Amino acid sequence: MRFVDEYRRSDLAQAVIGRIRRGSTRKARLMEFCGGHTVAILRHGIRQLLPPTVEMLSGPGCPVCVTDNSDLDKAIALARLPRVILTTFGDMLKVPGSRSSLQEVRAEGADVRTVYSTLDALQVARDNPGRPVVFLGVGFETTAPTVAASVLQASREGINNYHVLSFHKLCPPAIRAILDSGEVDLQGLVCPGHVSAVIGSQPWEFVASEYGIPCVVSGFEPLDILQCIDMLVSQIEKGESRVEIAYRRGVHAEGNQRALELMYEVFEVCPAQWRGLGTVPGSGLRLRKEFAAFDAELAFDFDPGPTLHPKGCICGDILRAVKRPSDCQLFGRVCTPASPVGPCMVSSEGSCAACYQYGDGAAGE
Amino acid sequence: MSDRILMAHGSGGKLAHELIAKGVLPALSNPLLDRLDDAAVFEVSGRLAFTTDTYVVNPIFFPGGDIGRLAVCGTVNDLSMTGAVPLYLSLAFVIEEGLSQDELGMVVSSVRQAAAEAGVQVVTGDTKVVNRGSADKIFVNTGGVGLVPEAVEISGSKAQPGDKVIVSGTLGDHGIAVLSQREGLTFGTELQSDCAPLNRLVAEMIEVSPRIHCLRDPTRGGLATTLNELAAQSRVSIRIYEERLPVRDEVRAACDMLGFDPLYVANEGKLVAIVPPDDAEAVLDKMRRNRYARDAAIIGEVGEASPGRVVMKTRLGASRIVDMLVGDPLPRIC
Repeated sequence: MRFVDEYRRSDLAQAVIGRIRRGSTRKARLMEFCGGHTVAILRHGIRQLLPPTVEMLSGPGCPVCVTDNSDLDKAIALARLPRVILTTFGDMLKVPGSRSSLQEVRAEGADVRTVYSTLDALQVARDNPGRPVVFLGVGFETTAPTVAASVLQASREGINNYHVLSFHKLCPPAIRAILDSGEVDLQGLVCPGHVSAVIGSQPWEFVASEYGIPCVVSGFEPLDILQCIDMLVSQIEKGESRVEIAYRRGVHAEGNQRALELMYEVFEVCPAQWRGLGTVPGSGLRLRKEFAAFDAELAFDFDPGPTLHPKGCICGDILRAVKRPSDCQLFGRVCTPASPVGPCMVSSEGSCAACYQYGDGAAGE
Repeated sequence: MSDRILMAHGSGGKLAHELIAKGVLPALSNPLLDRLDDAAVFEVSGRLAFTTDTYVVNPIFFPGGDIGRLAVCGTVNDLSMTGAVPLYLSLAFVIEEGLSQDELGMVVSSVRQAAAEAGVQVVTGDTKVVNRGSADKIFVNTGGVGLVPEAVEISGSKAQPGDKVIVSGTLGDHGIAVLSQREGLTFGTELQSDCAPLNRLVAEMIEVSPRIHCLRDPTRGGLATTLNELAAQSRVSIRIYEERLPVRDEVRAACDMLGFDPLYVANEGKLVAIVPPDDAEAVLDKMRRNRYARDAAIIGEVGEASPGRVVMKTRLGASRIVDMLVGDPLPRIC
């Protein structure tokens, strides 16, 4: 099949792996920002194939994982309000908040529905004109434009029972927060492919210019990732720091202007609460004043209660790449995908779930 | 007369009798069923295999099958995985009021066709009608009995180090075919469910190698879950090779799009066989001549170390754990 087979060819992969092994002499600790990359790396066993000089660290790029308990509690409190229909992507259902999860409140009788796109959520609003329908907006620059489109559509059609609870987040400010903390020793950044398809490669320039860290935007097939690692290693060996794209079939330097216009027509930048990173300035998206009627935080009166964090869970440290899932004493014992304690074990893009599912690179037999 | 099924059709009264007499019995007629006693009475001698299953698939009609065909094939296959020759089935419907009689007729007709293909008879049954909302269109429960031939000793606990692992064909066809019809997620595909009775295939395999150690149909949870069950039950490890796994392009594309792994997607007409190494090629040859196993392949082997663990050699040459399915990415596919 043309569209992926060539990116999974083992002969080509072996050639790139050989080049990385021969070329890498200096320490190369590389962070893959995106949870999709973490899953692909573990699923294909890429960590085992790299030389000892190259180490892959998983970053905070899992939108479900970085959603803070205080925000989850808001969604849960909203879902509990009488007559409200809360629509969400499936991944959010099982994530535990301070005291409950959407899955649990649904079992108690709340009307929580899984949708596959914002347009489905809008349809729920059309079908239930007498009831408020809230879409739980969790995601990065990849999903925010589609949520913006749904708000514009609702506005055009005069659908006044549709609301968005926006916990959208922007990726580049999170990387700045991690680099500013000085906690992580980093020589290269694997930039997220789908996020960059929207924002372009330009917003990563500051990482290369201000922090001197090479950046390469990667796709999600094994050859995409290997090529990206090869390009990063090559920059590190030469002592360079530039932004490059190893995913030219999906990403252009300037990004997707139409999507960005849509996003900023509806949303404006605001501070956001990240699990693990705390409040990061300029990293969130809230609805602009003109669309205040669609903003669920303003439209409802609800009490999320005090925020609590589970004891012993180190999801926050894992999301900052300060610790690995195997460093957590709950991992695989108390915390498993079947009964997760923290969000990194819930989400299909979470580092803990991926390590549990595929092994963390050293599959013994 | 309304063409919808009403609560009265489940009352046991006149309408109920009519529904059974006109809607169900003619299609499934056989001497044991036609007696209409409270229980079917028949003689058997030998080792009896006995199984039950319930079907709640949504939607009830999907490309390549429907809930009726699924119920017969699922039950026949469960019996076959012990090496048993399936003989008789029971069939019970829980119908949501409002289902059209035509739809019921189509389901019954599929039951008839699948039973005829498998060579089994439905010998007893039941019909209940529940209020709208208490069921979703129609649920089907089945039971099945079959006879295990002498000297056949197939069990999930019998895999031995050195054995070969064979899968009978492409993975994930059923799960993706059903999903492609799901409300809110329809996508265009030519893909058909693989839903099929495997009893004749199994009989042919046993003919070639009566020493087959394990047979199992990788339904819910897919191949990965089945291999984990077998590895745990037999206290062995299993190693498979990614490049040998048969997966259709359409399934791979849909899985990539939706974030699924074909290893975890359900099948309804596939089996996994664990066979002694000396018999593997002969069994594979025989399988490939059956219409339901043309794409059969040896995908791996059984090892000794790390009992219970399933490991896959990836295309890139690395190894990774293949764990059981956790959670429920595709609800109600069977």
